[in-house]
Amino acid sequence: MSARPLALSSRIPPGLAHAGLLWPSLGIILVFMVAPIAIMLTYSFLVPGAYGGVEWTFSTGAYEQILFERDFLDDSLTFTPDYLIIVARSLLQATVATALCLVISVPTAYYIATRSERVKNIWLFLITIPYWVNLLIRTIALLFVLRDDGPINSALLDLGVIGQPLALSYNGFAISLGLIYSFLPFMVLPLYSAFERFDFRLLEAAYDLYASRRTAFFRIVLPVMRPGLIAGSLLVFIPSVGSYLAPDILGGGKTLMIGNLIGTQFQGARNWPFGAALSMILLTITLIVLLWLARRAAQQQSN
Amino acid sequence: MSTARLRDLRVFPGFGLLSVGCVVFLYAPIVVLALYSFNDGRSVTRWAGFSLRWYQTVFANQNIQTAALNSVVIAIIAATVATVFALGAAIATVNRKKGGGEGAHVVLTFPLMVPEIVTAVASLVFFVAVGISLGFATILIAHIVFCIPFAYLPIKARLESMDETLPSAAADLYASPARAFLRITLPLLVPGLVSGWLLAFIISLDDFIITALVAGPGATTLPLHIYGMLRLGMTPEVNAISTLMLAASTVLVLLSGLLGQVGRKH
Repeated sequence: MSARPLALSSRIPPGLAHAGLLWPSLGIILVFMVAPIAIMLTYSFLVPGAYGGVEWTFSTGAYEQILFERDFLDDSLTFTPDYLIIVARSLLQATVATALCLVISVPTAYYIATRSERVKNIWLFLITIPYWVNLLIRTIALLFVLRDDGPINSALLDLGVIGQPLALSYNGFAISLGLIYSFLPFMVLPLYSAFERFDFRLLEAAYDLYASRRTAFFRIVLPVMRPGLIAGSLLVFIPSVGSYLAPDILGGGKTLMIGNLIGTQFQGARNWPFGAALSMILLTITLIVLLWLARRAAQQQSN
Repeated sequence: MSTARLRDLRVFPGFGLLSVGCVVFLYAPIVVLALYSFNDGRSVTRWAGFSLRWYQTVFANQNIQTAALNSVVIAIIAATVATVFALGAAIATVNRKKGGGEGAHVVLTFPLMVPEIVTAVASLVFFVAVGISLGFATILIAHIVFCIPFAYLPIKARLESMDETLPSAAADLYASPARAFLRITLPLLVPGLVSGWLLAFIISLDDFIITALVAGPGATTLPLHIYGMLRLGMTPEVNAISTLMLAASTVLVLLSGLLGQVGRKH
């Protein structure tokens, strides 16, 4: 038998069979995913059409618009930080969400990894289910709980703890909480698989050398876990930066993050080149982060 | 050092409590949301006794029925097409692992790397640019594209963990390659195929952003309908329909998880 154990038929040339198997998927992704992004890149250098869409004139105006406002009268550019603030806020929100997810996930993942096989599986199932459950519904559930007349506020009002509802929803706090709530399982699961491979004899050695529990954890466990920490952080950070639902539903409809800013450029007849430029920036941030991760992983493997 | 001592040393104080807190945080909102779907009162806050009336309104709602049917039909077609395509792609990339399979692998997982909102607007722009009118067909195409990596990864993982000598043994026993594939490889792949299909189905059923942008004015899916309901305010109907979707996803995830475990044992 040849080295190709999965050959389907001896009559079809291997090259042709390979292409026939591969190209339906490859083709559909190239046509309906890669080509659209190429079109977006092109559109980001065009001029918005009068009734939506684009006009075929080369311009870097869409990118300039992120930082500057063009004066209609004398065509001069003035610096306006509005869009920059939205981009910065997206990065900040994503950073806060990632940091808090780390703080919650490290102990949780460690705890799960040190359980017995049976108990471990139950915990993993509990963490995995929200990972797959509809994000829209989960975001709605969080809004339901946080609303002014939601169960938290009603309970506190009934108990007389507060005189008027706490502003838990429709603000930056709600978005932060929403991002953590959305992507927490993305952090716990990779951290768990990293802790799972942890050699606990290292911990034993640390204690033998009179390390305190705290020292052992921060000086031994966490440094060994670095690849897992980085992977988990990216899995939270990347979807958080481009998040649409959490700011849209929990932020109260204001354009608060880059994902929503992109969305509004394409709903109705807004500004397609501007939306395309923002999309390219978001995509670039994401791909840079992913490439960096892939290179680190490759280095780790070669070491 | 004894294992008992070792286990003891592995414990850090407070970690267990934090883990319980983590799970409570993940579940409390959805449990509360589900609980209030059984509330008899019109108010979404005060408890007025147990009732199934909101489920009756949901089931009687023609628009919800249409949206739900659309969602299920799209998810079944998208998951099936994606799984069939992904099966071919997984076989091809695993065969060619030594030379040139990597580029294909990057393209196949590319939809996972692009932020959803970017995929959504890029698809919209593409369909408008090439003149495909937005509706059921565009939703279906977009869903097939983002379902492929979800079906591809578990199938590929299953193929890679498979004993390569089995098809060879079949060939030694004069089975044709087609027969060896159908009788040996395919049955061994079933757990990977099923879990890939289920994941693709859930992903398709749940998608909101991409669907919202490529749906156009005519077609609607359940998440789009729920989002529309929410825009009019938080009503007990939203709780009821959300609870139904929660239940559906949970059952599918459990099913996929159990099948995955069964697959691992064999």
